[in-house]
Amino acid sequence: MSTSRIRRISAATAIVSALGILGYACAPSGKSSSTSNLLAGDAASRVYVAPGSYDTYYAFLSGGFSGQVTVYGLPSGRLFKQIPVFSQYPQTGYGYNEESKPMLATTFGSVPWDDSHHTEMSLTNGVPDGRWLFINANNTPRIARIDLKRFETEEIIQIPNAAGGHASPFATPDTKYVVSATRFSVPIPQADVPIGSYKKNFKGTLTFVRANEPGKMDVAFQIMMPGYDYDLGHAGKGPSDGWFFFTTYNSEQANTKLEVNASQADKDYIAAVNYKRAEECIAAGKAKKFPGSYVHNFVDPGTQIASSETRNGVTMLYPADCEGLVYYLPTPKSPHGVDIDPSGEYIVAGGKLATVIPVHSFTKMMKAIEGRQFEKTIDDIPVLRYDAVIAGEVQKPGLGPLHTEFDGKGNAYTSMFISSEVVKWKLGTWQVLDRIPVYYSVGHIMIPGGDGMKPYGKYLLALDKITKDRYLPTGPEGSRSAQLIDISGDKMKMLLDFPTLGEPHYAQAVPAAMLQPTSLKFEKLSENTNPFVTASERDGGIERHGKRVDVKMIAIRSHFAPDVLEGIQVGDTVYFHVTNIEQDWNIAHGFAVFGATTSGMTLPPGETRTLKWIPQAPAVYPFYCTDFCSALHQEMQGYVRVSPAGSTVALMANTSHTAQTAVAQKAEEAEHEHEHAAKHGGEKEHR
Amino acid sequence: MSRTTRISRFARAVTALASLSLIGLFFLPLWRVQLVAPQYPEGLGMRIGINSIRGATIYDLDNINGLNHYIGMQRITPEAIPELRLMPWILGALIVTGLIAALVGRRRPLYAWFAGFFVASAAGLVDFWRWEYEYGHNIDFEHAIIKIPGMNYQPPLMGVKQLLNFTAVSWPDAGGWLAFAAFALATLAVVTVYRSATCRPAHA
Repeated sequence: MSTSRIRRISAATAIVSALGILGYACAPSGKSSSTSNLLAGDAASRVYVAPGSYDTYYAFLSGGFSGQVTVYGLPSGRLFKQIPVFSQYPQTGYGYNEESKPMLATTFGSVPWDDSHHTEMSLTNGVPDGRWLFINANNTPRIARIDLKRFETEEIIQIPNAAGGHASPFATPDTKYVVSATRFSVPIPQADVPIGSYKKNFKGTLTFVRANEPGKMDVAFQIMMPGYDYDLGHAGKGPSDGWFFFTTYNSEQANTKLEVNASQADKDYIAAVNYKRAEECIAAGKAKKFPGSYVHNFVDPGTQIASSETRNGVTMLYPADCEGLVYYLPTPKSPHGVDIDPSGEYIVAGGKLATVIPVHSFTKMMKAIEGRQFEKTIDDIPVLRYDAVIAGEVQKPGLGPLHTEFDGKGNAYTSMFISSEVVKWKLGTWQVLDRIPVYYSVGHIMIPGGDGMKPYGKYLLALDKITKDRYLPTGPEGSRSAQLIDISGDKMKMLLDFPTLGEPHYAQAVPAAMLQPTSLKFEKLSENTNPFVTASERDGGIERHGKRVDVKMIAIRSHFAPDVLEGIQVGDTVYFHVTNIEQDWNIAHGFAVFGATTSGMTLPPGETRTLKWIPQAPAVYPFYCTDFCSALHQEMQGYVRVSPAGSTVALMANTSHTAQTAVAQKAEEAEHEHEHAAKHGGEKEHR
Repeated sequence: MSRTTRISRFARAVTALASLSLIGLFFLPLWRVQLVAPQYPEGLGMRIGINSIRGATIYDLDNINGLNHYIGMQRITPEAIPELRLMPWILGALIVTGLIAALVGRRRPLYAWFAGFFVASAAGLVDFWRWEYEYGHNIDFEHAIIKIPGMNYQPPLMGVKQLLNFTAVSWPDAGGWLAFAAFALATLAVVTVYRSATCRPAHA
């Protein structure tokens, strides 16, 4: 045992004994002063949200390889919801039921999984506005838009001519565009070429997607770039509004063992893209039509049914045809994050392998462009001189800088992956002010609104890749984690440590007041325009069209109607269209049928969900409510009788007592009307 | 015309004001019944007006009826309550006769109008209680899912009552308070007139 370790242990023992004495001294006086409180100061009270009270922030964490988004409350770290986006989600039936299946459509067919990396809130004037949340898929490049009234995925657009949609879905200050860039350069258009011909055949693209209107997401244009790896991006704002910045690595253009071969150059680049200039060039006819198929999926707000559309062809811009479109800013070394400070002046790069944090100045960049201070030109893209654009370097910040966020008070915070810490430093002086260890190997960090123009600089959330000994062990597959850090004072202070689902890459957070009042309580049945909606008990039934059988059914506390179905045959495809006709907050039902090879489905109030079922053998199959809805939930069940093909059993759907009464009443009314009409007619005749 | 049968300008004004304020009852609910349960922290509510029974939200009445099916209560359907069609006419008559009484400015019409107002109000409250009794006691035990012997579900006329997991709170709503205020004004008019008729010194 080394002496330093012994010293540390003795110190720890001393502290523990001191605490013990304190605890003992306090005990008789009846004051609560536990050791954990003494160690954490007032951290417990700072994150304590009393039962029935609300958190002050909504936080949206990407799910990484879960393909989803998780919603947490801050400062408590309580998990509220997992929003299914790119992956099937049997918990709700997302991607399994007929309404949502099309959401996963791509040109490769249905892709029921992805690797979701970065959440991005929609912006108005450079500030998060709480309308939508965007998230990217890395593996099969896609961008999804989540509606924040429903907290549900409403739209997904595939990115053509791309591979590895990592630098995505960062938004312009008015959400006109969200972007996606190729992390993996590939032949564009794709082709069967030797991988060794990388330098000749491989290209990158930067894609700008129109994003400011639901249902209208579309590829506005793409920019053909040299075959580097485009890693992350952020839009300019304020003075730099109209520019977009992307980091690159592998400017060495290696196609194997990138670990070594893409780490040779001292500097890679930040690509500064003038997208207003791109619009001018397109308007001037300087863009080319380029092949590229992609799928656009959208949930109709009325029917709540997703539909898919394949689109062909994109507008492609080449830097050679549009002078002033792109410049490269040399940046050490293999940069990862690129983050723009709230003023829009500083462009901070997280040079993974750099010993400093390089910060470029937008003002200097513009002067360098004006003065044509070019070091060289790569494929018609001018490379600006490093000393002409650099504003400063943060010296000895730590190891492995990745991402930077801002508190709006002139400070920046950078995550250090290798030294596993968050470092606070000052914009302008580039002095390191404070550092705090995080557990372990932090990736992104997030300050609510911290990549916008007006950060809410109270908390910082560190999003970590490894947990090791931080929690009770759960076998070889452990969780990832997040740590909440108080940044309101001079010294950062650890408040809370909580595990996350999947891998949290980036996150976004906004004040609860921005979303809480507009969160939808339930869908209005009167606005449900699903073609198979069953609006009331008496409207349910069963219909056969050849081998297709449609069952229209309602769910209400505590029954389905109809709940006895006969006349279905082996060889039929049955569609259960179940409408939850409750118009009451949080009163959900569920539906599952014995032998179904997909999933069950949740039925939010007022909505219709459809389960496709192909019964395999003659039998009686129960179905039931899967969401404990009411005191008689266990009674909420029904039966489907499946007969052999060609059976003479008549198609039949019975209904509940309530429905029967309703139907009987209706019949009676009709009879009265009939009698009345007959009488009236008779009188007429008599006259 | 005898001086003593005429009423003061003040009493006429107050009578007119009482009558006119009753117009508000066409727009404001008379009574509110609020139901709160552990699962319904936000509460379910009914608003009873002279010609309507509505939910506090457009969904509440259906939700109350939905829950009531467990205990075998009848559906509350405003169409089944004839009084809701009658009451606007009674109220209209009260307003018109009150204004006539103010205009005529004599004791007897005022007294008669006040008596009518009193009878109509009392009858209204009794009728409201009777409907509460009817709904609370007329239970379809044959189809009720939850049967509790001896239990009735009559909400209180005014006050708080526990009905299984629901706490029912019944209280006048804006229109109810307005009606009370109008009645107080009518009483004030009648009292001043009565006092001036009986307490005036003989030689004055």
